[in-house]
Amino acid sequence: MIEVKDLYKKFGKNEVLKGIDLNIERGGIFSVLGPNGSGKTTLIKCILGMVLPDSGNISINGKALKNNYKYRNEIDYLPQIANFPGNLKVSELIAMIKDLRDSKATKDQELIELFKLQPFLNKKLANLSGGTKQKVNLVLTFMFDSPLIILDEPTSGLDPISHLRLKNLIFSEREKGKTILVTSHILSFVEEIADEIVFLLEGKIYFKGSIPDLKAKTEQPDFEHAIASILSSSYA
Amino acid sequence: MLKILKYSFYDLMRSRWSYVYFLFYLLLGVVLLFLNNDLSKAVITLMNVIIILVPLIGTIFGVMYYYNSREFTELLLAQPVKRSSIFLGQYFGVATSLSMSLVIGLGMPFVFYGIFNSNAIWDFSLLLVTGAFLTFIFTALAFVIALSNENKIKGFGYAILLWLFMAVIYDGIFLMSLLYFEDYPLDNFSLIATMLNPVDLSRVLILLKLDISALLGYTGAVFQKFFGTNFGLLLSSAMLIVWVVVPTFFIWRIAKRKDF
Repeated sequence: MIEVKDLYKKFGKNEVLKGIDLNIERGGIFSVLGPNGSGKTTLIKCILGMVLPDSGNISINGKALKNNYKYRNEIDYLPQIANFPGNLKVSELIAMIKDLRDSKATKDQELIELFKLQPFLNKKLANLSGGTKQKVNLVLTFMFDSPLIILDEPTSGLDPISHLRLKNLIFSEREKGKTILVTSHILSFVEEIADEIVFLLEGKIYFKGSIPDLKAKTEQPDFEHAIASILSSSYA
Repeated sequence: MLKILKYSFYDLMRSRWSYVYFLFYLLLGVVLLFLNNDLSKAVITLMNVIIILVPLIGTIFGVMYYYNSREFTELLLAQPVKRSSIFLGQYFGVATSLSMSLVIGLGMPFVFYGIFNSNAIWDFSLLLVTGAFLTFIFTALAFVIALSNENKIKGFGYAILLWLFMAVIYDGIFLMSLLYFEDYPLDNFSLIATMLNPVDLSRVLILLKLDISALLGYTGAVFQKFFGTNFGLLLSSAMLIVWVVVPTFFIWRIAKRKDF
């Protein structure tokens, strides 16, 4: 599904990605983990074509990303910080994104119902709380039926009930055979949903495999300690 | 690109500033025409206002719009839309809505005054076309500046400096150099120097059309002598088009290589 080969990127003098090789197969939930500044968001933005790598190749379904934008039709992306044009109403924003993607078969009504957004549809985005904005963000992401879903910190600002609904939503998308890429700092969330984790450390892939593999590798009894042991050994 | 243009345009049509800008021109047109009652004088006064004010508004609006719509831009970048269409669409949206405020705001009082029955209609249309050109030129320059500066304050600073340079300082330097090198033949120099500044170029273009030799100034006189009125008009219009195309090309190129 996604193939990343020898990816390098630096911003000024700051080398963020130092040779990433990654192969993500079709179907399943993949979680990208790593400390702050390890390059998670940069990697995701490279996949989306928002950041242009210095060298290396990325291809999705065998098609290279360079000078190509149509492939984004097959990706649903949830950005990390939900910033929307403030003078638009929620319903207008949803209509606009639908129009831009030329997509008729959407399930926005269903999702608005799920996250109880009906009372906010006619409000301007500038007047919404952080959590409500994140829900709008989720609706915009999940309303299309694309084979690849990329979620950057999907749980930020959500209340416990919405959190639960999001988890169920992610599971039901997996049932449909979709590939889901998630970054999160909330380890319990990752442990619950991820089929496989990709651990980034200082711009390189430190570990890729399932959670039991990670536990075995670090000889730790639980997931949190396993992650902590990677981090402490790298900082030491 | 048209979809982005449409949304940027609607977005601006809703903003208060487009109306303020529109009302300003409406008021200016009404005051000049109905209190002055001399059409050609009104056109000349308008020219002086347009030539200084339009670039300023174009620059400020362009920079402001770019920085304010950053979030919208990031949202769009993750959608299956070409990068160049996003930025060119936004640029044309801003420039079109500004030009419309100008053309409609000034056009309405003139229509009521009875411009269609007067000889000044062509002078006046040329004035509006030049104003629209200046809007497109300076909005494009503003977008180039904003795209190449992540820092808002820096971007604003450069944009204001650009306007100050083109509208005020350039003429000063030009005049000084004419005085300083008065012993040399300066025809070619002044022709080229005029072409390199869209503000001067617009002024010469309008004055050539109005055929007021007293106001033409040195460059205008050289222009007229060199190219004759008609060829001069054509040449300066062509230069204005070049002034739109080149910054637009830079918007396209910078947008293609930028990280977000």
